[in-house]
Amino acid sequence: MAGSSQKIRVVGAGVVGLAVAHELARVAQSVEIVERASAPGLGCSYLAGGMLAPWCEEEGAEPLVLEWGREGIEYWTKTVPAAETKGTLVVAPPRDRPDLIRFSRLTAGFEWLDAAALAEREPDLAGRFDRAMFFPHEAHLDPRRATSMLAARLREFSTVHFRFDTAAETVTEPADWVVDCRGLAARDALPDLRGVKGEMLVLSTREISLKRPVRLLHPRHPVYVVPRGDGRFMVGATVIETEDRYVTARSVLELLSAAYALHPAFGEAEIVETGADLRPAFPDNLPRIRRAGRVVYVNGLYRHGFLLAPALARRAAAVVLRDAHFPEVMDADPGERQRA
Amino acid sequence: MENRPLAVYGTTLASRLLVGTAQYSSPAVLAAAIKASGAEVVTVSLRREAGGNRAGESFWSLIRGLGVKVLPNTAGCCSVKEAVTTAQMAREVFATSWIKLEVIADDDLLQPDVFGLVEAAAILSRDGFQVFPYTSEDLVVAERLVGAGCEVLMPWAAPIGSARGLNNVFGLQALRKHFPAVPLIIDAGIGTPAHAAAAMELGYDGVLLNTAIAKAGDPVAMARAFALAIEAGRLAHCAEPIPPRDMAEPSTPQIGRAFVDLPRHA
Repeated sequence: MAGSSQKIRVVGAGVVGLAVAHELARVAQSVEIVERASAPGLGCSYLAGGMLAPWCEEEGAEPLVLEWGREGIEYWTKTVPAAETKGTLVVAPPRDRPDLIRFSRLTAGFEWLDAAALAEREPDLAGRFDRAMFFPHEAHLDPRRATSMLAARLREFSTVHFRFDTAAETVTEPADWVVDCRGLAARDALPDLRGVKGEMLVLSTREISLKRPVRLLHPRHPVYVVPRGDGRFMVGATVIETEDRYVTARSVLELLSAAYALHPAFGEAEIVETGADLRPAFPDNLPRIRRAGRVVYVNGLYRHGFLLAPALARRAAAVVLRDAHFPEVMDADPGERQRA
Repeated sequence: MENRPLAVYGTTLASRLLVGTAQYSSPAVLAAAIKASGAEVVTVSLRREAGGNRAGESFWSLIRGLGVKVLPNTAGCCSVKEAVTTAQMAREVFATSWIKLEVIADDDLLQPDVFGLVEAAAILSRDGFQVFPYTSEDLVVAERLVGAGCEVLMPWAAPIGSARGLNNVFGLQALRKHFPAVPLIIDAGIGTPAHAAAAMELGYDGVLLNTAIAKAGDPVAMARAFALAIEAGRLAHCAEPIPPRDMAEPSTPQIGRAFVDLPRHA
């Protein structure tokens, strides 16, 4: 089947849908991307942190996230070069030192920095922390720029067509395959999908400059600050088991306190944006590829949309083109899968 | 002494371990840990997670699917009014009159505001709630809580999340002696199974914990470790441990032992 061109419809133009379309377009398939919004990357991809930090994620995620996340870094630095590999820093205030020790026990691929080594890498953090963990192989990207780059790449293929402002239900033309990448909107077909709220904000200040994402550990509200360039910093993100979509005062308070703890100059920054959306997740917070006839669902990337989309997209394309099977993400019966 | 099962507000519980549901890496890990812990009661924070509406439904349906009894809590409430409102919302969302009452003095220290606690406990008890108050080991506060209608007391071992174990053993012993018939459940500050076993050896009726399991490297194994420790501590308490003494006490009689004075390197 791989040689002959099929008509494949990808539903959803978030990072997952775009990455799936890209994998299919690269092997000369005719791809139609249907998106209910007016442009690509406006769903929860729009609010993502854009940290490609699979080693840090080992603190709470399954080994699959590290393994497939490395593919994600490869993709975003070479295939669609939207990311910079500047590493990640992890710090904690002195009284939360036990959290730093715990984090170091659960992760690998880092080196310890003393105050001087930290100051060398991030001069604006000089004197603020006497110890930091540095994960040199991690990368970060601006999600909005990354989805634009990927969409632009797709537009170069004559075989790829976008249909914006179009709800999937209204499309009635036949297709050989449908790859459903709608995120939480696909819960009508994926009953064990849930939404996990994430809130973020963007600060703007010229007083601080950071080259790489910094995670600040805290027993209750760990946060990260990701430099977006141009004096902007994304501060995120809460992880709350609720499905409302508004930004609460309390979350803003927590995010701002953490940013302020990282550097007091954030107290003078302008708040240029706040946002909240729901991450699609399955009960074990691991992604799934599910096949039902000629429909393939790719969903549940949880906090790891940009990190895992390339690996999932590659495998989803293999499911469509070669009837491949990936037991680590393809469960027959929802809820059957246990923790690995 | 006889090892009778724990009964709280007329409900008999076979397991003396109660667990929290926050901070797990995924609902699947949470479910596996609860299963391994053998706990029959899980406490859930309404304020933070469920938001007071049906928004957190898919998460809570996962919890309900575990077949455990839900003890909603008022974590994060800093005033009597907030705690009472949260308790009323919890009764509606989870259809239970049980409430783990937390009135926190300060969001940073997380110490119980015992004044607000007693006031809120009285309001909620009058309103038909069965209150599980998170308190300190202070005897007078405990008296007031019992007077307000609480049939269970939940003193801390140490500040929330501190993992320091039994900070004031003397105070906890005094509380146990003072209330021989009120179920006492340690709530907060437990770090390791040894801490939990020590609380049970003191004669406490149960232990409630969250972070020590949720944030362990392997939460499922740690849940099992706590279940075993709590059972061991309970059995030890019922088996009446020997008292400590200042001097060595040989376990075999010395009188009649031959050649006791022979030089060691003869």
